[in-house]
This record gives sequence, structure tokens and C-alpha cells, in this order.
Amino acid sequence: MRHLQTSWKHMRRHPYQALAAIFIMMLTFLAISVFSFIVFGSSTIIKYFESKPQVTAFFKEEAKQANIDELRASLEQTGKVSNVKFVSKKDALQIYKDQNKNDPLLLDLVTEDILPASLEISTYKLDDLKAVSDTLKSSSYVSEVAYQKDIVSTLVAWTSGIRTVGIVLIALLALVSIFVMMTVIGFKVSQRREEIEIMRLLSATGWYIRWPFILEGVIYGTLGTTLGWILASGGLMYASPYLDSFLKGIPLLPVSPLFLFGLLLVELLIAVVLGVFASSLAVFRYLK
Amino acid sequence: MIKLENVTKKYLTGNTALSNITLTINRGDFVFLVGPSGSGKTTFFRLLTRQTIPTSGYISIGDWDLVKLPNKKIPNLRKNIGVVFQDLKLLRDRTIYENIMFPLEVGNFSPKDAAKRVQEVLEQVGIVEHKDKFPLQLSGGELQRAAIARALAFSPEIILADEPTGNLDNATSWEIVKLLQDINSKGTTIIMATHDTNIVDNLLKRVITLEKGKLVKDEVRHAKHK
Repeated sequence: MRHLQTSWKHMRRHPYQALAAIFIMMLTFLAISVFSFIVFGSSTIIKYFESKPQVTAFFKEEAKQANIDELRASLEQTGKVSNVKFVSKKDALQIYKDQNKNDPLLLDLVTEDILPASLEISTYKLDDLKAVSDTLKSSSYVSEVAYQKDIVSTLVAWTSGIRTVGIVLIALLALVSIFVMMTVIGFKVSQRREEIEIMRLLSATGWYIRWPFILEGVIYGTLGTTLGWILASGGLMYASPYLDSFLKGIPLLPVSPLFLFGLLLVELLIAVVLGVFASSLAVFRYLK
Repeated sequence: MIKLENVTKKYLTGNTALSNITLTINRGDFVFLVGPSGSGKTTFFRLLTRQTIPTSGYISIGDWDLVKLPNKKIPNLRKNIGVVFQDLKLLRDRTIYENIMFPLEVGNFSPKDAAKRVQEVLEQVGIVEHKDKFPLQLSGGELQRAAIARALAFSPEIILADEPTGNLDNATSWEIVKLLQDINSKGTTIIMATHDTNIVDNLLKRVITLEKGKLVKDEVRHAKHK
């Protein structure tokens, strides 16, 4: 407690240095939070698609109900198909209306005629999608096959790209944070050299002298992290409504507070380790 | 209680600060350590507080063997030795009260006990009225008293005073010496380094004289005229 008071006093006497250290930590943990959201979100999206192996076949204008039924029957005979759902032109319009009910302009532009009828086919296994989609493509009534494996593989590629960029960025920021904290704390140690010398002569133990400096690093770390996390979480909450309409139907939002607090906990742990590491480096470098 | 046997201290620069010193100082003694600047008085104090170790020889204080004392135990040793530094070493950004509180804080006294102890030593040295002032606001004699008060904080068995009258006028010097005598009368061993012959000649105490690192005289002064 006494050490904490001493750290607080050190910080108060040099507020700009303290702010620099806190803000750099905030940036680092803002980046960590945002990238965690992206990685977590995209993996949820990928899982969603993977759990619903689905091919959608859009039919041409001239396709008759009989042709469609025939195709449907032939697919069901293969035994690979778990569920087939027919979406008529009317249904398609209804879905379209539901999705865009807040936008009257879009509603006016679209009529039943320009929307194609479609079959949504789910398979038991992801691997069977290819065979099903090949069957569909060979039919002369099908104009287009939307095949979710493509979506998934694109997403996976994007996610791993983002993840690499994120890890590099976070590593760089963490390194900069450590150097900034080391410099700030090292400066304070050398500034208080006389006081530290007197403390030693007045029977202070090494740890009595070191603790406040190390705690200072921990305070910078935890404050910076909390700020970064608040910014990132606030941003996420603010963006949720927009993202939600973009992610139609994928159960990602709202993100559970449990996840957010778990993230904060992990980040705090990392911050404490970073803080202790940086300040210890400074203290052992400047306090021999 | 303080024992030196054949103690020699050479610095890395090649200077021999002390050579072959052997002496014993008993509990409750009041001893003057005299000699010109550079004669080794400060080195003598630095050895006793384990700021440095002798190049050769043996030093002990009570049960402490200062040569073999592990670094970890130095804080314990220093609690038993109050030092009044030549340059005082008061912290300028703390009040007198906080300065005296400082070693007690470091020594993990409870705030209540520490406050009580600070009040006691402030009264003992007679600067209670200055306790909330900063060192810059005090006179030389008052600062010296503050430094003595801080040295007293742990109720040490030994007080080392390095030139405590160095920058003071005659009258103030005598006040400080009387204060040290008063502390000595309560059982604290006092070693005072000085080159103030006026004080040494008048006080009739044991006088250890160093010159160029050698012990040249160790005598108890007696009154000249009986």
C-alpha cells in the first residue's frame, strides 16, 4: 500500500511521462482488442457457414415447376441431401422485403418478376457439396449455383491474412510500449538517484526501493489496457447495429459480455507481465 | 562493542585511506575522531556502516562481523547505527517531519508508532516548532538537529556524527555538542569526527587522532589544571 502511494506520487510529479506510457499501452491493447474481435468474429462466421453446408441453385426464367420438382427428386435420391427447400419467386420477394423493410426505395425497385426461384440444398457433409453443385450445374434449367465453400475459403484466406498483419502490428506495438515504459521509468530512477542513495544509507532494502518503480509499470499497463479495451468495446457496441444488418442472419452479435470481460482479463494479465518486464529491465539497468 | 583489528582500506585509485588500524570502542563511549581533511575519518565511518569493506583486517560491531556480513543483512546493521552525514543528506522535497519519518517508513514501522517516535525525537533535539518546514527554510544549527533527529529515529546503539559542527558558529556548535552529550548520557555510543580543537580540548573525552590514514594518537584527555 505504501509502495502504491509512492508510485502514485512519482506519477503525479511527472504527469506527461505517465500519460505517454499509458497512451502507448492503450494503443497496443486497442490493437489487441480489435484484432481479437476480428479473429473471433470471422471464426464464428466461418463456423456458421461450415455448420450449414448449403448450395443454392437459382433457376432460369423458363424453368417450370415440374422441372424443378424433378431435379429435387433426383437429388433426394442420392441420400446425401439432408434438406431441400424450395423458394418460389413470391417467397424470394418476401425475404427481400423482410431484409430491406427499412429502405422503401429498395422495395419499390424490386418486383416478383426479377427475382429468381431457387432451391436451397443442405447436405449432411461439407464434402458432398461439390457433387451436389456439379449435378445442379449440369441441369439446363439452373442459371447459377451459389456454393458456400467458396465463401468459406475466401473468408479463411482473409482471416489468416488479417491475423498475420495483426500479430506483426501487435508485436511491434508491444515492443515500442516496453521501450517507452523502460525510458520513462529509467529516467525517474536516475532522477531520484540521490534519494535512493539516502534510502540505502537509511537501511532501505533493495526491494523497498524497487517496488514502487515496478508497480508504476504495472499501473501504466493496467490503466492503458483498460482504456484500450473500453475504446474497442465501445466501438464494437456502437458499430453493432450496422454490422448486424450486414451480417444478416449470422448469430454473431451482440457479442456476449462474458467474452468481452474474458478478453479484458487476458489483456490485463498480458499488461501486468509487460509492465513488470519493462520496469524490471529499467530498475535493474539503472539501480545496481 | 566496536572492534577493528589491523584494518587497511585502499581505494582502487591506489590511495591508502586507512592503514593498519587497531582499536576498540566500548558501549556508551563518547569518542572524538580528529585529524585533518583526508586523514581517513569519513572512510572510517563508511567502513562501520558497510558502505565499503576493508582491503584487509577485521571489523565487528557487537555480534556483526562486518567483513563477512551478507548484503541482505546490511539494512539490519544500518538500523543499529544512526549516521549524521557531513552533508546531512536531508531530502529537500520533504518537510523536516517527513525527513525524520523516512527511515521509519523504510523500516516498516506502523504509521502510528512512527508518528509517535518522530514526535519524541523532535522534542529530544528541540525543533518541534520547525517540523512542517522544508530544509531550505532552516538555519545550519536547526538542520544539524534535524539530521541528528533522523539518526536517532531507530533508537540506535551507535551514532556516527561526521563533522556535525563543521559549518556552525561557536555557540551553535556547543549546542550541538551538548545535544550529542545528552544523547550519550542515555547510553548511546557516539563517535564524532571533527577538527574543531576548541571542542575537543574542552570536553575531556577520548580522542582518536588519524593522520594520512594512520592512527597517531589515542588518548583520554584530562583536565590540564587540577
